[in-house]
Amino acid sequence: MDIHVNGEKRELSNDIQTIYDLLNHYKLADKKIIVELNADIVDSSQHIETLIQDGDRVELVHFVGGG
Amino acid sequence: MEGGHQKLERYSRQILFEGIGEEGQRKLQTKHVLIVGAGALGTGNAEVLTRSGVGRITIVDRDYVERSNLQRQQLYTERDAIDRIPKAIAAQKRLREINPTVEVNGKIVDVTVEEIDQLVSDVDLVIDATDNFDIRFLINDSAQKHRIPWIYGGCVSSYGLSFTIIPGETPCLNCLLETIPLGGATCDTVGVISPAVQMVVAYQTVEAMKILVEDFESVRWKLVSFDLWNNEQSAIDVSGLKKKDCPSCGESPSYPYLSYENQTKTAVLCGRNTVQIRPPKKVDRDLHVLVTQLEKQGGNIEQNPFLVTYHYEDRRVVFFKDGRVLIHGMKDIVEAKKIYHQLLG
Repeated sequence: MDIHVNGEKRELSNDIQTIYDLLNHYKLADKKIIVELNADIVDSSQHIETLIQDGDRVELVHFVGGG
Repeated sequence: MEGGHQKLERYSRQILFEGIGEEGQRKLQTKHVLIVGAGALGTGNAEVLTRSGVGRITIVDRDYVERSNLQRQQLYTERDAIDRIPKAIAAQKRLREINPTVEVNGKIVDVTVEEIDQLVSDVDLVIDATDNFDIRFLINDSAQKHRIPWIYGGCVSSYGLSFTIIPGETPCLNCLLETIPLGGATCDTVGVISPAVQMVVAYQTVEAMKILVEDFESVRWKLVSFDLWNNEQSAIDVSGLKKKDCPSCGESPSYPYLSYENQTKTAVLCGRNTVQIRPPKKVDRDLHVLVTQLEKQGGNIEQNPFLVTYHYEDRRVVFFKDGRVLIHGMKDIVEAKKIYHQLLG
């Protein structure tokens, strides 16, 4: 499956089906994160059930403390 | 003071820029900015704003310069690290050299609920250049209470992000995060490269300029992030996340992080393998008396006008005049407290 993550095209294994799978893939599942799927924010309570599909555009912004 | 001609010359390229102009430049010179933190983001922000001719800059920091800072904290030199100069002092000195027409005040302060309201109350803008979320939630509440805009910035490894928070307009940090994030990657564990710092500084300072010249139309409302090494960037419209019942910025705010119970008294400092302990009440420590006490316990003592460094067994312990103690070479708060009490009783 090909999707765009933060503007870059990424080829993902077909095991990745949901937003939650995607966050695990990027090791972000336990982070404070805001997820946008095709220009709509996906509430964190919906990450497990929200499916991603070929051609989707996902934006992932996680918060970091350093400075 | 600089005459009108010299002033025009100093800021000529910025005045030519149509977003600022003479009117904008005049406004910049009437404004007061608080920069919380004088690490990587703080020194970067401070240098840009000092060169741009903001009227007053207050920069606060609790730490002193170390060699591991020099790769990215742009106001400091080798000498500052050797002499362990407090960052607020070293930054103030360098900023005044860069532009003597700006009123720069560096303060050695560990900002907590006791200090934040006073610091925030008479500024036009707060720049977040801190390294932890405890203090960001404090800034967030205080900025909402005083209706002052602030600009969040964070970076680690080659990643960074920024968001501009304007009371009454945008969601606040509490709307976006709901709780203080725990753990996560820090510059302590995965490092940070200077371009990531500079990118966040660019995002923060350009927003600062827009706000200070009162061009609110041009403010970027989106949450931006990037990963420079992996060529990623993102901008998300988070305006829908503003919550009417948010305890920090909602219709009946309680500013929960301004209550004393929510404050941390000990902290592990980012990137430093160091524990900070601050006494429950503020003290004005007489460093000469302290040195006399420590001499009785043996070990090697060094001193500058701002702090005392004590080498005790394989530890390095630093005492500030405001009562704070940094214990280097450990992340264990319990062990650090033990050493603190051994030395100070």
